[in-house]
Amino acid sequence: MKELNYDVVVIGAGAAGLATAEVTASAGRSTLVIDRDDFAGGVLMQCIHNGFGLHHFKEELTGPEYAERLESAARNAGAEFLLQTTVMDFNLADNENKELLALSPEYGVMRITAKAVMLAMGCRERNRGNIGIPGRRPAGIFTAGLAQRLINMSGLLPGKSAVIIGSGDIGLIMARRLTWSGIPVKAVVEIRPFPSGLTRNIVQCLNDFNIPLYLGHTVSKINGADRVESVEISPLVDGVPDSSRSFTIECDTVLLSAGLIPENELSKRGGVTINMTTGGPLVDAWRMTNIPGVFAGGNVLHVHDLADYASDEAALAGRHILDYLNGKRPGREFPVAAGGNLRYVTPNEYIPGEKTQFFMRSLIVEDDAELIVSLDGQEIMRKKLRFVKPPEMLSVEVPGELTARGGQLSFALNGGGR
Amino acid sequence: MKEFDVAIIGAGVSGASVAWQLSKYRLKTALLEKCADVGFGVSKANSGIVHGGFHHSKSTLKARLELQGNLMFEQLQYQLDFPFKRNGILVVAFSEEEMETVRVLFRQGKANGVRNLELCGRDRLLQLEPKLSPDVVGGFYVPNGGTIEPYRYVFALVEGAKKGGVELFTNFKVAESEREGEYWQIKSADGETIRARYVVNAAGLYADEVSKIFGAEEFTITPRKGEEYLLDRHTQASVSKVIFPVPSKVSKGILVIPTVEGTIMIGPTAEMVQDKEDVGTSSDNLHRILTQVKHMISGISVNDVITSFAGMRPTMPGDDFYIDISGKAPHFIQVAGIQSPGLTASPAIGEYVKDLLKKDGLVLVEKDCPKTVLPEFKEIRHMTPEEIDAKFADDPAYAHVVCRCEKISEAEIVEAIRRGHTTLDGIKFYTRSGMGRCQGGFCTEKIIKIICRETGMSPEEVTKRGGESKIIVGELHRGEK
Repeated sequence: MKELNYDVVVIGAGAAGLATAEVTASAGRSTLVIDRDDFAGGVLMQCIHNGFGLHHFKEELTGPEYAERLESAARNAGAEFLLQTTVMDFNLADNENKELLALSPEYGVMRITAKAVMLAMGCRERNRGNIGIPGRRPAGIFTAGLAQRLINMSGLLPGKSAVIIGSGDIGLIMARRLTWSGIPVKAVVEIRPFPSGLTRNIVQCLNDFNIPLYLGHTVSKINGADRVESVEISPLVDGVPDSSRSFTIECDTVLLSAGLIPENELSKRGGVTINMTTGGPLVDAWRMTNIPGVFAGGNVLHVHDLADYASDEAALAGRHILDYLNGKRPGREFPVAAGGNLRYVTPNEYIPGEKTQFFMRSLIVEDDAELIVSLDGQEIMRKKLRFVKPPEMLSVEVPGELTARGGQLSFALNGGGR
Repeated sequence: MKEFDVAIIGAGVSGASVAWQLSKYRLKTALLEKCADVGFGVSKANSGIVHGGFHHSKSTLKARLELQGNLMFEQLQYQLDFPFKRNGILVVAFSEEEMETVRVLFRQGKANGVRNLELCGRDRLLQLEPKLSPDVVGGFYVPNGGTIEPYRYVFALVEGAKKGGVELFTNFKVAESEREGEYWQIKSADGETIRARYVVNAAGLYADEVSKIFGAEEFTITPRKGEEYLLDRHTQASVSKVIFPVPSKVSKGILVIPTVEGTIMIGPTAEMVQDKEDVGTSSDNLHRILTQVKHMISGISVNDVITSFAGMRPTMPGDDFYIDISGKAPHFIQVAGIQSPGLTASPAIGEYVKDLLKKDGLVLVEKDCPKTVLPEFKEIRHMTPEEIDAKFADDPAYAHVVCRCEKISEAEIVEAIRRGHTTLDGIKFYTRSGMGRCQGGFCTEKIIKIICRETGMSPEEVTKRGGESKIIVGELHRGEK
């Protein structure tokens, strides 16, 4: 059994993990990045479209280009990689030495110890069971990401004509990709009255190709015995599918793009406390979980709109991993709460007196909203926000002097048209 | 043309049990299955419960076979290595009226000779199963009840039978038959023909149609649909024993079933339908199931649902098994109407049918059989790190995790393929890959590649479950060469 020892072990070599590894390795800390796949880069490698890097690298890149930059930076800084390697178990209780058990076809079973662990496992797609689409179980139903991997990485076509359920970004990107691959997309069906994906993707991936988007509609049935033959679509009336106005679209393929779930099964095994709203760990201002020395960032923490933001967050966690290894601790922290019209705010704790950037997701769609920040119920800050909607993450920087006295910090959105 | 002593039609749990029994004798036996793999019909959607022998009166054939079958699983597991656990059954009541039914069932179980039955008050029940709702009034405990992976059980029976010389024909849908002298000539829909002296009709949902093809008794199989929902193994409602409500006239009710592999299943519904292939699920039924199970185990949440499926019980008028020598067609044995508790009864059905064949003149000569027919195959999720490392030394595939949710190694996928399971569903049923929370989102592509590598198939030839259930329809145009 191979025994390994590092200052930092990063689990997941995607947009988040690579960014953390670059930071910790650059500072001279021995860093190991572990990934289950045969290559580094994670899901970026199947995202062959452009639109990556505008924030993180200040230039527009494709997913693989973006991944390659991150990977080279991490490798050049001295980070080591174990690919095709799966972490099976965790013992995080010991503050000094976290123990990981990993498997790889190259080295077999490995016991890896680390002073700090970065959780960067990303997320998985919600599947048919999660969204409860009734009907039969023919072949031809794919999550959008699986279809993307089949086409972009293996050159395999998953069908001849498709309907996409959900208007998440991967689904929108795939609507365009399928069209370009000669697979007509007959409809994108979104249960909500507004799209789940970014506006730029609605324009570039649907409108430019005249792909119909059915908002406020749901797929009430999938038909087909061996392979999908058609789907039945119903409009929602007062929140309930109206079967009297159902219509059928013939297709042999159904793609699901109905949201992402942070992959925290491993974290849970290690005793990390999970935020029931985001599905990611509860973290403090350092992006440190309830277990000292265990950090999280990127989509494993909360689902980001852009890979760039995931990388930024993970790099921030990396800088605090260095603080942690240098013996610093965040000191006393206070809780952060999501108030009216907000789904969640991250991080879940802040350090009084320190300038902090907060990220949050709206529950409402508003053209003209106000974000109100309060400390122990007393308003300390107000920010006007244009075009607030759930798919687009909001962020606000709260100056340190406003929070110096400590207390519960809460964020709330005021809708327009007051 | 291939000639056999016996042809068994249908490789579900009944046909497979008969095949396993017959493999112990000097016979040439054919097992004919219309699907691409065995157990793909009624059996695959079974709840996977080894019932406790208290639901039905001993006056019925199904109760007698259930009681006998229940006792045979340890021996079978030893010989054939499949996941089975005697983790016990609880029947729970939420009112004094329901307790009356509990007492009736308890007495029926006693009368049937079920051992170690225990009538329980509220405290005893909550001690046995702390996840039960505190509103529970009482119930009874059946320690000899258990759970089994139904597809693995069928796979093991068929594999064991094959080791004993039984020949399996998949994709063989019986279409025509003709009696010629001592033989039945049996033709498949694809035109393949075999001959057999005896025929066992274990065609499940289609036993009525097969009976007709052989000119035997006319009867109707009506499907009774059951929807099941599978929950993530991390659910708060993870119970250790099978939880039954007080049953109704038509079904044993909606249950909470801890599968042998640690996930939780809730269901099944019981709904008479017309179409034998109508295995769709509906959102109304999901909500009905949830409401009923939450009443028993309040921690169950809709957010824990990772997938759903539906299966069919092949029911017949009278609601008993119909296992008999045909009075109309020569050397034709009917094994029909095998609904619940068919899986529990199956080992006994195998013996019962063997005896009927003997009664009908088939000469049975025992042969030497090995004590364990299928050696134990251990999955990495059941191994210690040291054990995995030892296996890795011979085969690196043991340390290559393909399915992350259920922790399935490449070695297990390859094993499934080498044992003849070359569809995605077949591999899923053998290994559990794709049964976890991501439902194949991450591993499907990898498994397709392994199938192609091991079998020489092209990606376009790989199917979900045979027939036209193709996954890939073509390749991306790569431009001019």
